[in-house]
Amino acid sequence: MSKTIVKNKKIKKSKGEVIFDVVVYILATLFCVYCLYPFAIILGSSFETEANFATHGFAIIPKEFTTKAYKMVLGDGQIFKAYGVTIFVTVVGTLISMLLTITMAYPLSLKKIKYRNVVTFFVYFTMLFNGGLVPTYLLVSKTLNMKNNIFVLIIPVAFGAWNMFLMRNFFAGIPTELAESAYMDGANDFQILRKIILPVSVPGIATISLFYALGYWNQWFNAMLYIESSDLFPLQYLLMRMLRTVDAMKEMARTTGVAMGEIPANSLRMATTVVAIGPIVLLYPYAQRYFTSGLTVGAIKG
Amino acid sequence: MKNRKDVKHAGGAFREGVHELWKNKTLYAMMLPTIVWVAVFCYVPMYGVMIAFKKFSYKEGIWGSPSVGFKNFEFLFHYKGVGRIFFNTIFLNILFIATGTILSIVLALVFVEIKNKVYNKVVQTIAIFPHFVSWTVVAMFLSGIIGGSGTLTKWIIENGGNDPKFYNNPSWWPLILVLLKIWQGAGYGTIVYVAAITGFDQEMYEAARVDGATRLQTITKITLPLLKTTAIMLTIMSIGKIFSGDFGMIYAVIGDTSQLYPTTDVIDTFVYRALRQLNNLGMSTATSLFQSLVGLVMVFATNAITKKVEPDAAIF
Repeated sequence: MSKTIVKNKKIKKSKGEVIFDVVVYILATLFCVYCLYPFAIILGSSFETEANFATHGFAIIPKEFTTKAYKMVLGDGQIFKAYGVTIFVTVVGTLISMLLTITMAYPLSLKKIKYRNVVTFFVYFTMLFNGGLVPTYLLVSKTLNMKNNIFVLIIPVAFGAWNMFLMRNFFAGIPTELAESAYMDGANDFQILRKIILPVSVPGIATISLFYALGYWNQWFNAMLYIESSDLFPLQYLLMRMLRTVDAMKEMARTTGVAMGEIPANSLRMATTVVAIGPIVLLYPYAQRYFTSGLTVGAIKG
Repeated sequence: MKNRKDVKHAGGAFREGVHELWKNKTLYAMMLPTIVWVAVFCYVPMYGVMIAFKKFSYKEGIWGSPSVGFKNFEFLFHYKGVGRIFFNTIFLNILFIATGTILSIVLALVFVEIKNKVYNKVVQTIAIFPHFVSWTVVAMFLSGIIGGSGTLTKWIIENGGNDPKFYNNPSWWPLILVLLKIWQGAGYGTIVYVAAITGFDQEMYEAARVDGATRLQTITKITLPLLKTTAIMLTIMSIGKIFSGDFGMIYAVIGDTSQLYPTTDVIDTFVYRALRQLNNLGMSTATSLFQSLVGLVMVFATNAITKKVEPDAAIF
């Protein structure tokens, strides 16, 4: 890439080339504006005084600036709790997911495991066919009786076949000599995985962990199905309830001691949204390269 | 005699199996927890698809509930508006695939032509980011744009238009959903194409430039023809999933707004509603079983096509 840049500078640009450049920059910038506009709306209206929504509507630049909504977010026990639930689910969930994924992916990446094709098919088949919503719902809520348990947000979604195959591909790319020499020195498979394979697989582990963590952070479906107690609502589900139900706002009025009519519903929704995407915005620039690399490695045949 | 030989043979295979398991016992033991997880959370629900052929009652459970043959399927196919649901699922997916593919390719072409390194990085970072935001957040800002006090709604009214009442008018929604899908996925979709384009032999481009080709010509004559296989591949793969609706998106954005069902209700939201609102577990299961089976056929069909078009890219 850098070579072509140098070359382009040497060639004197024709009129057509200049127009081409301008069009390229305009298109890219327009798309970025399209991507950023919703965030600007969310951020701007989170600082808006509530009365202005009815008269002026949502805006990027608030008519009357106020931080009332954020004070409520910080003062509201429920949003704090939801934040705690989401952080717990993301951290513990990602750990459990990685444990299940690595312990499956590593053996399946080894040629010496004779039954690896059987196990691979056992996992792969679940990507082609699944029981669907009702049987899963009955299993989790009735048979396993996991309703209103924080682990219902983790265990039923703890393992992703696609992520496991990605991880396996990462492991398969490690030269076998590394493990073999350790094997000669008398190390067992568990030690080899822990001391040799994992340290050289950090980029792969980071990628897969980020995929899982993001999934947990953005999850709301299982909460909607299995959680009834508002103490265990994760942030995303709380957001959904704030948008859809009056109950959520009533609950907030109760916990903050603000009269129902006084609640800045619109700006509060947006402020909660800001709080919910904040960590992703902050971490994303560092994590981006892992996501991209994960996607391109995923192109390797499974 | 013969029998004993068979037994001995089977015993040999069994012993060999035990030997293999014992030899690599650490590795097999390592896999065990995940195998158990897959068995419980993937295979047990597969057994549960029997509900599709039963008149299910909680009291009697899956096994004990009386069998009704294909009654649930009959009920499903005679259900009012079910054709519309199947149509919406496929129609929306076709819209998503077509617009997503075209935009991702155009954006990828644009991104690789931005030679300013810093701007290039900034633009791609911004374009990919929406993919990592949940659909609930999308639903939130959408209400701020096209809701009652939304920016767009207010703007239309201020400029003398009638209140468009977006949340009451289903005809807008295929367009709105497409715009949201583009917002969320088009930038992310460029990753594969950008990777493909930067992987192309750069000497080809240099040779073309020396021969006096403009950059637009190198795009139409070199890049696009080379991208064709990638694009066809990805399209075929998404066609395999054409029968599954994006529940996460549609339910988060539409919710239970029944006025919008005519254009937005898809199989997956219907399955959910059949469980939670209609409380018809038999029909709900029958619908997802039907969907799974069609999906399975689609995957095998598209894979067979892929094998013909681009053998390396076939999944199996």
